[in-house]
Amino acid sequence: MGLSPLGDAPDLGGAVGGRSVMSQISPNWVTSRLDFLVNWARANSLWPMPFGTACCAIEFMATAAARYDLARFGMERLSFSPRQADVLLCAGRLPFKLAPVIRRIYDQMPQPKWVISMGACASTGGIFDNYAMVQGIDTVVPVDVYVPGCPPRPEGLLYGILLLQKKVRGETIADASLREERPLEPGGLRIPARLVDEISEPFGNSVHQSRSA
Amino acid sequence: MNPSVEALRRQFPDGVGRAMESCGQTIVYVDRARLLAIMTWLKESPSAAYNYLVDVTAVEYRDIERPIEVVYQLRALQHLGELRVKVELPKHEPLTVDSVYHLWRAADWLEREVYDMFGITFAGHPDLRRILMWETYQEGYPLRKDFPLRGRFSRAEQVRQALHANPEAHYSLEELSIERAYRDLPADMRDRIERGERDRVPPPPGEETQGE
Repeated sequence: MGLSPLGDAPDLGGAVGGRSVMSQISPNWVTSRLDFLVNWARANSLWPMPFGTACCAIEFMATAAARYDLARFGMERLSFSPRQADVLLCAGRLPFKLAPVIRRIYDQMPQPKWVISMGACASTGGIFDNYAMVQGIDTVVPVDVYVPGCPPRPEGLLYGILLLQKKVRGETIADASLREERPLEPGGLRIPARLVDEISEPFGNSVHQSRSA
Repeated sequence: MNPSVEALRRQFPDGVGRAMESCGQTIVYVDRARLLAIMTWLKESPSAAYNYLVDVTAVEYRDIERPIEVVYQLRALQHLGELRVKVELPKHEPLTVDSVYHLWRAADWLEREVYDMFGITFAGHPDLRRILMWETYQEGYPLRKDFPLRGRFSRAEQVRQALHANPEAHYSLEELSIERAYRDLPADMRDRIERGERDRVPPPPGEETQGE
């Protein structure tokens, strides 16, 4: 893909990549103040891209509506285009048929971007341990915050959003890997195949069902 | 018992099998080879006039000896008759049955769904593609009894294939446009579109410049 990790790049001095310079001199008073300012701005104006596929989306709508009011957290502008979005909020189960769609939406979002996986189905596949469902969207896109629940109450989602804001406030400009675009591996997966199989292992009642029934 | 069954027996003495009543519904088994003739008669004879195809589906029983059944649920909107027609497909023969697409256009997606889930091919269907699973799905037919619940491939392989499905290669927005659908709409709906109730009328293909 032409993208080399920053560590492999030859040392070109300060001419390229202010970031590498930044990572050498950071942390100091200037960068930490700059981090604070940038993170304050980012954390308080996260624009979510709702990817609502199931009942979690109903709870998300309730969260966005007047009683719980996402606008209090700087999310009043739901961005229905990935090009203007900061947070991909996957609310609901993800069938395999939608996996390339969410992957493309994630790829279309500009940096910085974060992902919230809302609900049991988006996080793990939930009760849908079957042939049609992705067992956790983290096999397709990287996830920052998992919100448990079936579906989560608006308070739960708000807590997840607050956790994401906390995470954003902890980021630093010196860590270039945070903003690194990671395309799919040559094998066509985001993470190694063994890992996909491992995190897709059934749990709970599903362990009593065999693969080759 | 629905009187249409007796009429069917008189009309097709060799094509109609057993009939029964279940929960107020009349079920009649018909011969696979005569299906299309029987369905045509059921739709077009004035006494039957089943002009609404409610559903097409299929049933596979746990007993592996039993044939797969294709089920057609018919309704007659004039006299409110209901009839359930079943065709038995033995498993040692190819799972093929004639399509009723040309009698009821409702059969289009319903037969595609049965094909997608059970692997039954409908001879004469003009566009028999998968409809629920994606086009390049390779694991088989999910609602068959021999299909494992989690699919045949490993999760990693399923994710890999799904990520490379490339939806645009098989589906297009043009396919769903009103321009394509316009000619197939019923006359009253075409009227309403022309009067501007629903949407703008698309110019008929090839005549765009004539109005200028």
